[in-house]
Amino acid sequence: MLPISSIAAQDLLIQRGGRVVLNVPELVVGNSACTAIVGPNGAGKSLLVKTLCALLKPDQGCVNWGASSPDLPRRFKVGLLLQRPVLLNRSALKNITYALQASGLDADEASIRANEALQAAGLGALIDISAHRLSGGEQQRLALARALAVKPDMLFLDEATANVDPASTQAIEEQLRQAIKDGLTVVFVSHDMGQVKRLADEVILMHHGNVIEQSLRSEFFEHTDNPISRSWLAGEILL
Amino acid sequence: MQSFSEALLEALGLVLAFDGDLREIILLSLKVSLSAVFFAALVGLPAGAWLATTQSRLRPVLLTIVSALMGLPPVVVGLVVYLLLSNAGALGPLQLLYTPTAMIIAQSILITPIVIALTRETLAGLYEHHREQLSLFGVGSIGLIKTLLWEGRNGLFTALLAGFGRAIAEVGAVIIVGGNINHVTRVMTTSIALETSKGNLALALGLGIVLVLLALLVNAAVIMLGSYTARSGRYS
Repeated sequence: MLPISSIAAQDLLIQRGGRVVLNVPELVVGNSACTAIVGPNGAGKSLLVKTLCALLKPDQGCVNWGASSPDLPRRFKVGLLLQRPVLLNRSALKNITYALQASGLDADEASIRANEALQAAGLGALIDISAHRLSGGEQQRLALARALAVKPDMLFLDEATANVDPASTQAIEEQLRQAIKDGLTVVFVSHDMGQVKRLADEVILMHHGNVIEQSLRSEFFEHTDNPISRSWLAGEILL
Repeated sequence: MQSFSEALLEALGLVLAFDGDLREIILLSLKVSLSAVFFAALVGLPAGAWLATTQSRLRPVLLTIVSALMGLPPVVVGLVVYLLLSNAGALGPLQLLYTPTAMIIAQSILITPIVIALTRETLAGLYEHHREQLSLFGVGSIGLIKTLLWEGRNGLFTALLAGFGRAIAEVGAVIIVGGNINHVTRVMTTSIALETSKGNLALALGLGIVLVLLALLVNAAVIMLGSYTARSGRYS
């Protein structure tokens, strides 16, 4: 199975109630190790992410994972971490073994790898604790550990640190940095410009369902000549 | 005819002594109703889970049918099962009429729609919550149903208890297909009806006390499970 090094969107169009909420003629993510998607609320960031992850079918257009359309055998190769972690009502360990077994591992191998993932995430002491009993930050770190355990090629994060404390944010960013170092491609949605500057190599700005700009981080923050980007950076675009 | 107080005292004596006749009737009632719950669970849990997750265009129609079946009159179910199991009926050769098996069939038919509806209601919220995440894991429809049934286990146990409550308190259907035969198909509800008509208030009251205690136990279990579910932050 070839690794998914990039995801491309072509002529994407999504309408809701007769209004165009996503209109992306062409986009490729994954050329940089870490891409941030920014923009005001309602800009279409989450819709774009879910469409790229093949969770949403666009009204028009298509998405390709690598050279071909998304398919079930490669499903676990593209992960997504949501703002509110969705965990199963079982122990931290079993949450990860569930995902690993769903990706095709046998029970023994899944258990070993889940243990390793929890240790790597600094959650080794919580192995047998019910996931629903963990704090918000611990739940998000567990969700990230689970997403990383299946060894995806690309991981999307949709405001994954919006609801967690600074310590957990730092731990999550550290986990992501390590994973990127190990070859993972990360695409994350964030309103935290500090986080974007800390993690991203590339920035995509969205507004009213359109991709306004896609450029390298330094270019975006320091040299952009796009008027909408400049307004966004100046804090003049709120919606 | 005994006075009410005399009957009540004698009834309490029977319950406390766990009289042989009383014990036999209680055990048969439990056997029939628990078996009915088992078969209703076999059909109702997967069917309810499927209804909670399917995008089929038939879904609204099926939901309407299941809701309507929840209010099935027991005597009508008893009559239909009687016709099926009687010698002239399609299942007549099986010779099941007036046996506990016939009573289990009737009760299963009565409570399966309840189990389906409560299962669907329990799992619909869970499905909405977990749908995207399970899709990201590449979980297929069978895996999805299995996962949701396990995730919703507390709420589903409540659904089964509700089914048991309906079954154990049912009289119309089991009296038609069971015949209320002494030592064969006599259960608590049919005995209460019979003993009351005979004026044997002590046994009727004794059975009534046990039936009420069982109903209380079932309700207490449902409430306790409900509060446990709420405390643990479950979606059900």
